[in-house]
Amino acid sequence: MTLAAENVTVAFGHGPRARTVLSGVGLTVRSGTTVGLVGESGSGKSTLAKVMVGLVRPRSGRVTLDGTDVSGLRGRSLAGVRRRVQMIPQDPYSSLNPRMTIGRALAEAVDPRRADPRAHAAAIAAALADVALDATAAARYPHEFSGGQRQRIAIARALATGADVLVADEITSALDCSVQAEVLALLGRLRGRLGLTMLFISHDLAVVRHVCDEVAVMSRGEIVEHAARDRLYAEPAHPYTRRLLDSAPSLSLEESR
Amino acid sequence: MIRWTKRPAAGLAAGLAGLALIAAVGIAAPLVWGEDAGRLTGAAREGMSAAHLLGTDALGRDVLARTLVATRLTLALTLLATLIAGTLGIGLGTAVWVSGPRIREIGLRLIDVMVSYPAVILALVVAAVLGAGGGAAVVAIGVAWSPSFARLTANLAASVAGRDHVATARLMGVPPLRILTRHLLPNIAEPLLVLLSVCFAGTLTALSGLSFIGLGVQPPSYDWGALLDTGLDAVYTNPGEALGPALAITLTGVLAGFVGDGLAASADPRRARAARRAAAPEPAPRAPAPGVPADALLVVDDLRVALPDGVELVAGVSFAVRRGEIVGVVGESGSGKSLTAMAVAKLLPEQVHATAAALRLADLDLTAPAAPARLATEIGVVYQDPATSFNPGLRMGGQITEALRRHRRVGRADARRRAVRALTSVRVTSPEHRLAQHPHELSGGLRQRAMIASAVLTEPRLLIADEPTTALDVTVQAEVLALLREINERDGTAMLFISHDIGVIAALCHRVLVMYAGRIVEELAVGDLRRGRTRHPYTRALLAATPRLTGPAGEPPATVPGRPPEPGARPAGCAFAARCPRVLPHCADEAPPQVPSDGGGWAACHALRPEPAESAR
Repeated sequence: MTLAAENVTVAFGHGPRARTVLSGVGLTVRSGTTVGLVGESGSGKSTLAKVMVGLVRPRSGRVTLDGTDVSGLRGRSLAGVRRRVQMIPQDPYSSLNPRMTIGRALAEAVDPRRADPRAHAAAIAAALADVALDATAAARYPHEFSGGQRQRIAIARALATGADVLVADEITSALDCSVQAEVLALLGRLRGRLGLTMLFISHDLAVVRHVCDEVAVMSRGEIVEHAARDRLYAEPAHPYTRRLLDSAPSLSLEESR
Repeated sequence: MIRWTKRPAAGLAAGLAGLALIAAVGIAAPLVWGEDAGRLTGAAREGMSAAHLLGTDALGRDVLARTLVATRLTLALTLLATLIAGTLGIGLGTAVWVSGPRIREIGLRLIDVMVSYPAVILALVVAAVLGAGGGAAVVAIGVAWSPSFARLTANLAASVAGRDHVATARLMGVPPLRILTRHLLPNIAEPLLVLLSVCFAGTLTALSGLSFIGLGVQPPSYDWGALLDTGLDAVYTNPGEALGPALAITLTGVLAGFVGDGLAASADPRRARAARRAAAPEPAPRAPAPGVPADALLVVDDLRVALPDGVELVAGVSFAVRRGEIVGVVGESGSGKSLTAMAVAKLLPEQVHATAAALRLADLDLTAPAAPARLATEIGVVYQDPATSFNPGLRMGGQITEALRRHRRVGRADARRRAVRALTSVRVTSPEHRLAQHPHELSGGLRQRAMIASAVLTEPRLLIADEPTTALDVTVQAEVLALLREINERDGTAMLFISHDIGVIAALCHRVLVMYAGRIVEELAVGDLRRGRTRHPYTRALLAATPRLTGPAGEPPATVPGRPPEPGARPAGCAFAARCPRVLPHCADEAPPQVPSDGGGWAACHALRPEPAESAR
């Protein structure tokens, strides 16, 4: 499934107080690839993510799924399309309902109407196995898990919907370094096994480099550069990309034994 | 932070048992004592006696029997009124929340207006319209209490609706009504239950009050309020006549409060298991003091930070900061790095307390009771979040110059001049203008630079920076790091720099301390860190897990299995042993020795000991 934003403009407010957040943005996530979307706070990357999953309606432009315009849909047809594009939110502490067991949260992903964990026990166990969690996790509540585990559960939930495209919005930025490495490793495995199509949003160029095939750089509501990963890091074309790369504190790699 | 004892459960049990007893009395009393309560005797207005425990009323009826019999009507009316208030209010609140933005706005304003009238006044108005009588009183009080429920429901629903799990549920196609019952109402149930119990108690008194002034239950029916009304006439001759219904009202109200609190506590799954806590471990052997350098400015020796139950969050940390040196402390959350820094600044939260064999900044003993003026001027602190480190209600000028004016007795004009100079030195544009601005008018990067200017204004000996760039964008972070380096080189200000980001630490610091599970596991010069010449297995794992801009791409960074141990469950030996690739049999039991490294640092690790591990045993 290829997800694309075409010439999308988003503005909040009206009249002279209107603020343009995205101006004529185009971004394509081709089937089976992971595109990294990098930018600083206020660049509009989260708004673009919300447009692409259908949580924010663009003022102009459209969002297409395999060429079909999905941005104008309403009601039942919108609900049908929505399930095919799922979002993994940033904050592991607000992405899971504290009053629902993990099993129920995953059952809701499988069957949003009834959310019966007993009816979907096999699917729940499979979803948990996908993210390397034990099936016994289903009976427990979110507070019993660490931030990294919760983020893995959020990934399992997105996969359990059977979505074709995932949008991951800063999913590792609240995590510790070693936990982040675990989530990145998990995404790497899933990418290899399931051929995920994913838009991976991050403020950290180094993180994006480890999970993406292509990288798009956003600044002030526009995409300033979009290139294949190795090319972007080796020969950044846009001055803003160069500035981002230069600003990142990095360690050289002369590991001695 | 949340540490429940067994009290809420006990309160809930007592409240439920008490209310059940009162309900049983309400059901049984009219059958058992109904005749006594209605029988007229010649003994009118008698005092308390064995025959009539609470005396008799003006018509010679037994007050105790009447009080017990009145329980049924009182409880029924109170329950009914509470039910009306709750249903009406929660219904109204959710209706307001699910309707469109325009109706929501009008609805919320309307509820606000209704809440601003005291419930009893509203009840009096409704009662006046409907006329006196028990039914009218119930409706009046139910309606009067409903705005409280409506407002609470609407406000709480709005805050929960902003959470990610609600947005995700919408994306997954969960129908709106299910989102309401599955994601919203369960998450706002606690405050609503508490309000329900408060409402029950309030309704009880309000209903009794209406009956007391003759607007509620009409004779020949009677509830506690009506009994209190007649009893009060005779309060000087027979206090028992008023005492009975008064006690009944009070007791029932208090029990309702117990039930509300208990329900609130048990409704949350997070609290069910919070009461369990690991026992305090044996105090670990004292960390050996490192050789204190002659030019040490800050000396920390065997610093321990513990919870009241003895669990140590920082378990024996010793280090020194030399004059003009930037020491970085790196570690993951829970490693104790921020607590260590805050212990030095004497800014620890109240729940924990620190002890140390020595903790001093030059000649200032930090283990002694605080000397506020010296603390405020000799230690500068820069916090993580520039959005919350300034008071949003005050102008920047007053906040930046506060320590200078208060503790250094610098005059207003002079302080202002110095603040302008400090802001200029951290490259804040138009500094005079900034002093008159409020914090929200500045961007995050600008605020953090103002914070740094404020921290160095008193020319502190030591600047403590706790994750000062974590909330900033990477380009702004680079500017702030350059600024800190510049201050250090220009003024020779020593710094204790805390970060979870080993790349940031490597970019700024001279010497690096790596913390894990409350202890320092390795100390090394920054050159060794930059060249990857780290020795402790944890430091190596941390480096390997850090995403890079160079080297092999497309595959994720290396991972270490497992988690750091909880503070109460740390082993006597090395806390990393359970996750360590080089673990030896005795690692978890024996505290690791500090093995010196070539670069002048050390690493606390059994596996690095120069002699073979066998001969060491």
